Amino acid sequence: MTVPTSEKTLVWKRAVRTVDVPAESGGTVLLDGRQFAVFHFRNPDAWYACQNQCPHKGDMVIGRGLIGDDKGEPKVACPQHKKTFSLVSGKNLGGEAYCLDTYPVKIEDGYVFIGIAEA
Amino acid sequence: MSVKKIIVIGNGMVGYKFCEKLVANGGAKAFAVTVFGEEKRPAYDRVQLTQYFSGKTADDLTLAGPEWYRDHGIELRLGDRVAAIDRAARTLTSQSGAILAYDTLVLATGSAPFVPTVPGVDKQGIFVYRTLDDLDGIIAYAKNAKRATVIGGGLLGLEAAKAVYDLGLETHVVEFAQRLMPRQIDEPGSAILVEKIQALGVRVHLNKSTKEIAGNGHIEGLIFADGSRLDTDLLVISAGIRPRDELAKACGLETGPRGGIIVNDCMQTSDPDILCIGEAALHKGIIYGLVAPGYEMAEVAANTLMGGEKRFIAGDLSAKLKLMGVDVANFGDAFGETQGARTVVYRNDKAGVYKRLTLSPFGDFVMGGMLVGDASEYGSLIQFMKNRTTLPPNPEDLILGPRGDSKQVGSLSPIFLPDTAQICTCNNVSKGEIVKAVRDGVCEIGPLKNCTKAGTGCGGCLPMVADILKGVLESEGKTVSDHLCQHFGYSRQELFEIARIKRIQSYAELLASHGKGKGCEICKPAVASILASLWNDMILEHQGEQDTNDRYLANIQQGGTYSIVPRVPGGEISPEKLIVLGQVARQFDLYCKITGAQRIDLFGARVEQLPDIWEILVKAGFESGHAYGKALRTVKSCVGSTWCRFGVQDSTSFAIRIEERYRGLRAPHKLKSACSGCVRECAEAQSKDFGLVATEKGWNLYVCGNGGAKPQHAELLASDLDEETCIKYIDRFLMYYIRTADRLTRTATWFNKLEGGIEKLRKVIIDDSLGLCAEMEKQMQGLVDTYKCEWKEVVENPELRKRFRHFLNSEESDETLAWARERDQKRPANWHPELAAEAAAIAEATRTTEP
Repeated sequence: MTVPTSEKTLVWKRAVRTVDVPAESGGTVLLDGRQFAVFHFRNPDAWYACQNQCPHKGDMVIGRGLIGDDKGEPKVACPQHKKTFSLVSGKNLGGEAYCLDTYPVKIEDGYVFIGIAEA
Repeated sequence: MSVKKIIVIGNGMVGYKFCEKLVANGGAKAFAVTVFGEEKRPAYDRVQLTQYFSGKTADDLTLAGPEWYRDHGIELRLGDRVAAIDRAARTLTSQSGAILAYDTLVLATGSAPFVPTVPGVDKQGIFVYRTLDDLDGIIAYAKNAKRATVIGGGLLGLEAAKAVYDLGLETHVVEFAQRLMPRQIDEPGSAILVEKIQALGVRVHLNKSTKEIAGNGHIEGLIFADGSRLDTDLLVISAGIRPRDELAKACGLETGPRGGIIVNDCMQTSDPDILCIGEAALHKGIIYGLVAPGYEMAEVAANTLMGGEKRFIAGDLSAKLKLMGVDVANFGDAFGETQGARTVVYRNDKAGVYKRLTLSPFGDFVMGGMLVGDASEYGSLIQFMKNRTTLPPNPEDLILGPRGDSKQVGSLSPIFLPDTAQICTCNNVSKGEIVKAVRDGVCEIGPLKNCTKAGTGCGGCLPMVADILKGVLESEGKTVSDHLCQHFGYSRQELFEIARIKRIQSYAELLASHGKGKGCEICKPAVASILASLWNDMILEHQGEQDTNDRYLANIQQGGTYSIVPRVPGGEISPEKLIVLGQVARQFDLYCKITGAQRIDLFGARVEQLPDIWEILVKAGFESGHAYGKALRTVKSCVGSTWCRFGVQDSTSFAIRIEERYRGLRAPHKLKSACSGCVRECAEAQSKDFGLVATEKGWNLYVCGNGGAKPQHAELLASDLDEETCIKYIDRFLMYYIRTADRLTRTATWFNKLEGGIEKLRKVIIDDSLGLCAEMEKQMQGLVDTYKCEWKEVVENPELRKRFRHFLNSEESDETLAWARERDQKRPANWHPELAAEAAAIAEATRTTEP
């Protein structure tokens, strides 16, 4: 059974220095053995995090994807087959069923923190 | 008030479609939904099952992963079969012992292959063809088999035959009737099909009734009623299907005399709280064995649960199939059984085409038909039938196409169909819906598919969808938009001119001045390519806009590792350099493959290994081969007059000169070239973007050829040129292409759209009709003079090298990468379903042995 989100606590994990994330782009971080993709938009500044594994074929490559927007919705395109996903909801923008898990992000003391729900 | 509980028994294609419809209409939120599946995997695409043999994995075929069910609050219980239904208590019991209460049950139990009771049918090596487990069994057994036989020459039987044929086995098909696909086609149609299949090497045995299966423990052969015998090591039985109605029978639901659970138009069984959909359902005496009517039933059932009014009307049994590469279609009254119906037949044994149409008694509309060998008119014919469209004066035009004046608009164009015409049968999308979407502003085929769902099933209707799109746009005086994407209201050519004239140096600058939003995966690489063609900056200065290949200066491959192709100009390489390639491959355990362009590709490098590998390569004198870029790849050559007794010019030297001139040149798409030393054309220059063929007097320059998916012969631009003139013309040609082509358009496609064709090109490039030649030559010379090897720069720059790592916050490698070995080299693991299963089993075993 999945535990409802309300019963989980959000744990903020320190992921990476902000200066180490290329702007208008992103990369991959390793947290407790799990891979996450982190992206940084500028003007205005906005940060996003999601799973690094592409749900289409399972490759660990989302962090290498190009970012942009679809009618204002921030998105990432998987480098393998250009499947695009919302960075807000994780929704597959091509209308296919598979989606990304997205995570909340905050910036503190020059670091990117990713919020992970733990039971 | 407690939430109503719905239990779906069966997680096949139709069971899944029901869940999808319930998610779409809000039912999944309103009810507590539980799904039982007896297989271990969530629903997969059984229609595409044969593709499992040609490389698709179980995951590829999966319709939606377990996360989809979870995300929509649907409980999925796989690997557990429902054993009994207690209608009085409204509970069911599963094989694992779980007892669940329900308010409504949905039976999507499907069907099981029918296995005739022939003596010996229990021997080893005998399979049915239904589930991925069946297929895994066939694959495993086939390893020790040479000869396979399929009993059943129907649709599924031929698919099974294709599967064992793809496994490399000698393949036989045995059919009881006098023809193949007896339900779909007549004897002349079958004769064409048999001939085409036999041409592949598959043996077809008609009119054979199997009396006994011979063998000692495992199958060795079939013995037929006529006394003949066929030796075989493996047998697939595909003799029809039987609805899975055993649960329904046991709990007293009404079933048909020959099986199947009786349902009404709302999909309710004799117990209104139990619904049945798919191949198990018997609707007005018919079992529908196709997926489209099953999907329709799923939609009706989901609608019924939400109190809707949808009804299932007699389903459509029309189908267009590709069996062993042969088109076969059948629709409506294919056999002309309607009283007084008339028939039009076209039969061409030479071309292997058979078409038969059933016309109404007065010959005014189409009632059905069958197509073998060429079913391209299927989509239009079915529309003619469904809409009772009045036939053209010569109904044979429908299957022969308009003859004579070829410019006449085909009466088959979907433009002439009424808005109610169903275009996409898989998803039930009408022409009106597609037209409306286009009028609402969806002007491209991709978004049109997404928003209407047309063409997302089998894809057979896509040509019609494209025709409708084009037709509607033309009727509104529009053409298909050439704007780059939603962020730039300009074509690539316009953006190129803007950037050139305003001397724009970065993507951000161009987006701010001429675009909107944050950009996307289409405009970023396209603009990066324009900027590279104009200013030739180091590619990595625009890292955030580069697609992954240009970002890491290597080609991304399966699993997310990269391959490396060092430049080998003209395909000429010294023993010393060959040795270095071998040493590097050995040191980093890279898979080696000779490419089609006379180079060596090294596969399986992790991203953080790339700079170390290139450090060695650069030291040995190698340069980037730009296999990752939309750039010049190679100039393939033959040995020419230096070695070849037929050669008339030194093609190798000239190829190297050209390759070194244009190396690193960024273009709208990749550029391939070749140079042949005589008219025998061993370098295949006439299939390249630009190619040279030696003559006694000099060189013939060919342009705009293509290999690949749509081969196109190059056009002769000019003859008997000396080397300097060749280079002058190539400079101009490439620059003109780079300035004017759309993104990701190869020279051949660009040429096909160029008004005026080769004459126009000659005028621009040779006669300088646009007065652009001096400028274009200067531009090209600028690019040639500023060329630098990207990899040399990275290797020498510690800051750039740092970008080549998998994690931003750790020096570790991606530990999820897994390798297997094949023919003494490594390859990615999990690339084949068998191996994926193997890996999963190993992972499972490790997990259970851990404390």
